[in-house]
Amino acid sequence: MDMTSKNTSNKPVGVIGAGSFGMAIANILAENSEVLLYARDPEIIKKIAATKEHRGQKLNKNITATGDLSYVANACNILFPIVPSSAFRTMMQQLSPYLHPYHILIHGTKGLDLSLPKGDSLDSIETLTREHVKTMSEVIMDESVVVRVGCLAGPNLAKELSAGQPAATVVASHFKEVISEGERLLRSDRFLVYGNPDLIGIELAGVLKNIIAIASGVLSGLELGENAKGLLISRGMIEMIYLGKAMGGDIEAFLGLAGVGDLVATCNSTLSRNFTVGNRLAKGETLDQILATMEEVAEGVNTIKIAKKITENQHLRAPITEALYEVLFEGLPVEKAVNLLMRYPFNVDFDFKKPA
Amino acid sequence: MPIGSQKNKRKKYKPILSGTKEWPVVRLSNNRKRFIDEVVEHTFEKIIEANKSDNDLRDELQTTLHREQLRIRKNPWKVDPADDEPFWKNIKNELVDLVDTAQTQKKEEDLLKIIIRRYAEEIAGNFKKSRYRLAREIIKFGFARLLNATRVKRFGAIFRSQYTLNDKIQIVGKAKQIRKLAKIGTVVMVPTHFSNLDSILIGWVIHVLGLPAFIYGAGLNLFNIKILAYFMDSLGAYKVDRRKKNPIYLQTLKTYSNLALQEGAHSLFFPGGTRSRSGQIESNLKLGLLGTAMEAQRSIFMKHPDRDGKKIFIVPVTLNYNFVLEAPILIKEHLSSTGQEKFYLESDAYSSSYNMIKFMVKFFTKGSDISLSIGKGMDLMGNFVDNKGNSIDKNGRFIDTRDYFTTNGILSADKQRESEYTRRLSEIIVKEFHRINRVFASHLVAFVAFRIWRKRYERLDLYDFLRLHEEDLIIEYDEFVEVFTRVKARVLKLKKKKKLNIAAHMDAPTDDVIKFGINNVGMYHSRRPLLMNRKKQIYTKDLLTLYYYHNRMHGYDLEKHF
Repeated sequence: MDMTSKNTSNKPVGVIGAGSFGMAIANILAENSEVLLYARDPEIIKKIAATKEHRGQKLNKNITATGDLSYVANACNILFPIVPSSAFRTMMQQLSPYLHPYHILIHGTKGLDLSLPKGDSLDSIETLTREHVKTMSEVIMDESVVVRVGCLAGPNLAKELSAGQPAATVVASHFKEVISEGERLLRSDRFLVYGNPDLIGIELAGVLKNIIAIASGVLSGLELGENAKGLLISRGMIEMIYLGKAMGGDIEAFLGLAGVGDLVATCNSTLSRNFTVGNRLAKGETLDQILATMEEVAEGVNTIKIAKKITENQHLRAPITEALYEVLFEGLPVEKAVNLLMRYPFNVDFDFKKPA
Repeated sequence: MPIGSQKNKRKKYKPILSGTKEWPVVRLSNNRKRFIDEVVEHTFEKIIEANKSDNDLRDELQTTLHREQLRIRKNPWKVDPADDEPFWKNIKNELVDLVDTAQTQKKEEDLLKIIIRRYAEEIAGNFKKSRYRLAREIIKFGFARLLNATRVKRFGAIFRSQYTLNDKIQIVGKAKQIRKLAKIGTVVMVPTHFSNLDSILIGWVIHVLGLPAFIYGAGLNLFNIKILAYFMDSLGAYKVDRRKKNPIYLQTLKTYSNLALQEGAHSLFFPGGTRSRSGQIESNLKLGLLGTAMEAQRSIFMKHPDRDGKKIFIVPVTLNYNFVLEAPILIKEHLSSTGQEKFYLESDAYSSSYNMIKFMVKFFTKGSDISLSIGKGMDLMGNFVDNKGNSIDKNGRFIDTRDYFTTNGILSADKQRESEYTRRLSEIIVKEFHRINRVFASHLVAFVAFRIWRKRYERLDLYDFLRLHEEDLIIEYDEFVEVFTRVKARVLKLKKKKKLNIAAHMDAPTDDVIKFGINNVGMYHSRRPLLMNRKKQIYTKDLLTLYYYHNRMHGYDLEKHF
């Protein structure tokens, strides 16, 4: 198949979620196809219909906004769900009745889902196992009959994408068919698409990177310089790999575009929400103050909570995650957290063979 | 009445098809020639498709020849046909003649067809109705009468029908559903595999359930033994030669299974491939044959756009024994393959004089309670189906299985997709195995005793541990009861969560369950895996075999309770 060919089936492509990343993806898809963009809020749908603009992004004329999930599911064979992880399962439950096994879902959410037994909370539960923590592809398969599932990951800062700057993404799936469909729909002169069969690994790379992005924001906010950032990125990478392995991902995923690629981009960018959280923490704001004024979700905050619990249960060493947890939820001053980390007894730079 | 001896009130099942003429396997054997032609044609196309480049086909033929000659020299079997060697010699000569000639494509294709036909003829079964009936009677007699004798402990009882096979083999689970599914579609039964007798037992159960004979692949090595060969042929077996691993053979085998399924022949696959060596429920399934079911289903969908094609149903089945005759050998094979140099396989009179007739007599006379659980029917994607064969999702909505093979509105063949689906299906089958597995008291006592001892010596690695002197291993009854009670409670909890099933005798008071378990675990081995002495101490005479029976409880995460 010609890689740059336009969408051959005349069905439109669906995007679920009109956040900034959802809209950026919708714009890229709209270069090749008709796009149906689902938004929950009727006001936003009206606004998009009237102005073809939302969150400061101009929308391609091939995009039609709608609030009708059944319509999107019936009209499209391929859907891109891109909603915050905290709302993902509920969205899937609403969408599920309209889905069939012929649907292909490629999500773009870099967060984790937490499904605890009734009455339990993250604080009360004794051991948090992988059964309780799901990636978005697992949520899709839990809640619907769709099995041809994939994810998008990589350095894809929404604002840069919508400005038409060059970038690349990874489409990960167990199915070659999903990867090639994703490539066919997304590929353009300014957007490269790589395939990867390690779905879980790629999802985890994207998810765990957000932890390090927050830490990077902190360093930046404290103006600690580039050496410190180099230190953070490399130690952060190792922490991601250990956490990722504990949750069932392979090392390779972390070394590619979705791991190190995304990490470098977000750790240097004020455009990243997670980076912004860290940055504002360093400037003295509390988490509550920051969250109250952020327009969109910074997935890293929730990921830190879950990752911290997992490291406790599995006796892993994840010093950056642990320090951030204390800063975010236990009121540890950021300067003290940095001191703590600098005194942490590391000796081996990196040993691929040894488990953490 | 002592536990475990309840008479089984089972309803009699009428055959679902009135005469054997309608049996898919009979139709298949009546059309044997046409069917083999079809297998040859399909296999040929696939091999050609896979060898498109210039010298591919020639290389494929050369490699196959080389491997076959090696097999004939290094590993000949009694069942091998007399003309095996001349046949391959001839192929060799033909291939030699091809060197230096132009336009060889046609000739190579002819050779390929000759080889495929030979394989297909070998694989195809020799099902005969009359023989089926006779074999069935023999099995019935064997089980019903001989088992009876041991049960009542007097040889005279052989002629009484106090206990029948029905009492010995408990069939639980979805018996009615499998009958319904076999009427409307094609059933693929996938059982766990512990003993060489499994296929014969299942053959009998299939008959009891009123189902037409199933076809199944049986290892060619079993046909070395005349008496087994007789049963196998009669029960609809086709032959699988595990020595032949060349792509042409494997493709022929897969095509055979695929086309037979498309013809509607109910099939039996042992998805674990061989008997479980460790005694564990299989967790890594072989995907080859399962893949043929996937392919067959997709082909049926594509050939029947009007939706009048048959659906294929997967039915997991687990077999539970208190006693597996081969256990002592199997576990040694397992340990020598996992432990490598850490475990030496001692030469063992028992395994060298292993004799099939003795085996069967022993089994018929000594086989203890067996239970067979039939799981819920599923479609090829692991969705449960209702009694009408409709696939149903977790929320009770109907699913059209065709949709899984559809992209952008078009049904299509996609090898990579299907192999991923097959992998997924195998995981679901493994989960079902664990869920429908019935825990016997004998499995649980073996598990508890082994774990108590293992815990005492946790610093030793497994292989050193297994070499401990049995005399050193004693558990006081009180300690045993305490631990057993805890683990049993956990098992009951899992049962409540529907993560496993338990035998009826597990509901008895704990002391009785323990006693019953110890009396039954591996009861006919010359060295018993678990015993209790007068002081009510628990001990073993064969730690290896105990390990085997203990393994049956693997996969439920019960180890952490020690």
